[in-house]
Amino acid sequence: MLYKKPQIQFYPYIVQRDDYKCVRCLGCVEQCSYDATFYDEELDVLWNKHEACVGCKRCEAMCPTDALKIVPNPSRPYEHASWKWDLVMDAYLQANTGSIIITGIGNDKPYRVYFDHLLIDACQVTNPSIDPLREPMELRTFLGRKGEKIELAETESGKIELKTRLAPQLELETPIMFSAMSYGSINLNFQESMARAAVKLGTYWNTGEGGLHKKLYPYAGRGIVQVASGRFGVSRDYLKAAAAVEIKIGQGAKPGIGGHLPGEKVNADIAETRMIPPGSDAISPAPHHDIYSIEDLKQLIYAIKEATRYEKPVFVKIAAVHNVAAIASGIARAGADIIVVDGFRGGTGATPKSVRDHVGIPVEVAIAAVDRRLRQEGIRNEVSIVATGGIRSSADVIKIIALGADAAYIATVAMLAIGCTLCQTCNTGRCAWGITTNDPRLARRQNPDIASEQLYNLVTGWSHEMKEMLGAMGINSIESLKGNRLRLRSIGLTEKESEILGVLPVGE
Amino acid sequence: MRQTTMIEGYKRYNDPRDTSGCGLVGFINRDGKRVDGSNIIKSLCLMKDRGNGLGAGFAAYGIYPDMADYYAIHVMMDKPEVKPHVEHVLYKFFNVHREEEIPTRQNPNIKNPPVFWRYFVEPKNECLLQGEEQDGLVVRAVMSVNNNVSGAYVISSGKNMGAFKGVGEPADIADFFNIEDYKAYIWMGHTRFPTNTPGWWGGAHPFTILDWAIVHNGEITSYGTNRAFLEMYGYKCTLLTDTEVVAYALDYLLRQQKMPLRAAFYALASPFWKDIDMESAEDREFAEALKAIRIQYGPLLLNGPFAILFGWRNGLVGFNDRIKLRPLFAGEKDETLYMASEEATIREICAKPDRLWMPRAGEPVIGMLKEGA
Repeated sequence: MLYKKPQIQFYPYIVQRDDYKCVRCLGCVEQCSYDATFYDEELDVLWNKHEACVGCKRCEAMCPTDALKIVPNPSRPYEHASWKWDLVMDAYLQANTGSIIITGIGNDKPYRVYFDHLLIDACQVTNPSIDPLREPMELRTFLGRKGEKIELAETESGKIELKTRLAPQLELETPIMFSAMSYGSINLNFQESMARAAVKLGTYWNTGEGGLHKKLYPYAGRGIVQVASGRFGVSRDYLKAAAAVEIKIGQGAKPGIGGHLPGEKVNADIAETRMIPPGSDAISPAPHHDIYSIEDLKQLIYAIKEATRYEKPVFVKIAAVHNVAAIASGIARAGADIIVVDGFRGGTGATPKSVRDHVGIPVEVAIAAVDRRLRQEGIRNEVSIVATGGIRSSADVIKIIALGADAAYIATVAMLAIGCTLCQTCNTGRCAWGITTNDPRLARRQNPDIASEQLYNLVTGWSHEMKEMLGAMGINSIESLKGNRLRLRSIGLTEKESEILGVLPVGE
Repeated sequence: MRQTTMIEGYKRYNDPRDTSGCGLVGFINRDGKRVDGSNIIKSLCLMKDRGNGLGAGFAAYGIYPDMADYYAIHVMMDKPEVKPHVEHVLYKFFNVHREEEIPTRQNPNIKNPPVFWRYFVEPKNECLLQGEEQDGLVVRAVMSVNNNVSGAYVISSGKNMGAFKGVGEPADIADFFNIEDYKAYIWMGHTRFPTNTPGWWGGAHPFTILDWAIVHNGEITSYGTNRAFLEMYGYKCTLLTDTEVVAYALDYLLRQQKMPLRAAFYALASPFWKDIDMESAEDREFAEALKAIRIQYGPLLLNGPFAILFGWRNGLVGFNDRIKLRPLFAGEKDETLYMASEEATIREICAKPDRLWMPRAGEPVIGMLKEGA
């Protein structure tokens, strides 16, 4: 074999240090949570263990004199069109360990991003575009079940009276929510930041499957609590506090796979919130062990509705898989109020790389298929659809709503908003940006006062952009965009792909 | 070099186009008194600039008093050979009481007109589906002709009413169909300036289903959303234009959902959330009703610029989009309520109205036939 281990020989990043600029403040040593930097006092030299660097650029961002640059190592294993360097590295790594390769964030393979092949319409002459700075422009969105009809009566004074009670609805000021990220996979500071931003934005955040920390109960009115296969933290108070309950069946980053929070990450606080002994592994089985069929799901949906006195909408979240349309139809008929479809680009704190990169389908296609199927069955208006897993910008939100979603969940981009650099090592629990770690020293790097404002800014900026795009389309209310595929055109797609997305090619 | 003036340009290329929009006009006599078609023709022809000769049409209520119990099915056929195929469908669904060609006149400006027939029919009881009412069967029959018979379109299907429309200037279309000979208590007229959809006979206004008739100036930017919703409930949009969805939306809301009239307009041109929020402080129950309408019927909200006249056997309603991006005037003289795109259009046939006003954005003007009239 080689003299050095290949993963040490062919490390992916080099820390370039300009020693002339370095003032020996040792900030980089303090910041690096991967032990890639250390200081030799005797020689007054800062050294780097390049092989330990994950490329998160925390040191680079914090260096006061701009003395650091993290660059890709030009010396990588030889690669060609078939053997990408990460495949080569994976083979070396597994030859040494015999284990599953775990990674974080979402699918990074160059599959076609359908969002980038869709173009949005605008008005010219025959109908006026609408200026959102001068005219009302409405993004308010309601999620929840709608019945076949509502009973209304006209009163003598010419006003309208409502005779029906609507099923419970979530009211969003903008059709963007924060998606599920559990306490444990992320830390409390980040969760609190999302919760506070959601309250301020008039939208919702999701606890993920790790329970609801007692400190966050004040924000639970804008919270969606998850019931996942591990049932962590599920209690009467938990269900009672939330605005809605989400049954998590699957996740786009790991369809068909459960979750595993190793015992060493389960500190006292996480243990209490998840209602498990400290230090014990928190294992979410791949399936719910009480759901082996659609009728079992129906039982759980109604068990939750009973427990919450039919006052809260119940979400069911599934990963986008090949047969997603038929599955969604079954879920709608099983009594779910809102269906969440998570595309294969969705993020995660930890997943086998083989699953992350090769299982599932894109959310754009999944939403188009689900919307079409529910329409064919005449039940589209009864449920709401939330798209997640791969939403990167305000334009993506516009496009996914035009393809048939009611709203979108965002998560990866929320992490970007507070510093994440997509280094894909969330699973290590050593995130130097203090996001996907519960090490108190690192978690302190996220200040909820600042982070919640950054999240608020991101969604506010997107909302402004969405209003501009709606106005350009001559639409002044988001509900007139839902499923309005005529306002999209495809570019560079095959006829079949356009047909599946239900959009015409450009020029038609 | 001398520049060409605009007028010279028009002359040289014989291009009469300008950049206005469609024109519409309608009136109702609330006593149910019937008047002939001369006034509607006169007012519509005044709006020369609002059309481009690529479509005009009329709807009239009260024109078949002798046949008032039968559904009057007006069918447009590309060529006479289509007729047996149309009748194959109609005779399946209906007992046909009388059939005749709709009388037309030779007009030099009307090129290659289709053939028009009308059938006075009664639904066959044995064709009714479980729980279906007669109106439902008529809608099904209309959808069946429009979808399954190539080259044939039902252009109206209500009782004691009819639609007449085609490609041409209003005066020529009126002449072609002998409009001045019909007598009606509600008249609606439309001159078209087609932009997004082709100028063809089926695409002219009004659009009708049962005795709902629509004339429309504008463009529905929410068409895709509205259409996708309506298709879930059996409506098939075949006429290549956005106005069709308005007719179907009203049929869905008023007939299928049995909504009060005013509530239907709160669904199609909903108040803004900010106004509902404000109303909430004053009349909480009313605000709750408005909110529920928006939540339930959001997919039918009509977006984009429009002025629409909507008629049925009992009344005539005019309404605008939520920010009034197209013009609409209303006028009143004794028992007649007038609505039109322009003030001049009303004054042309009613020189001194008792009242003349510009309705507010989204607020319907409702003219109902008096009870017993």
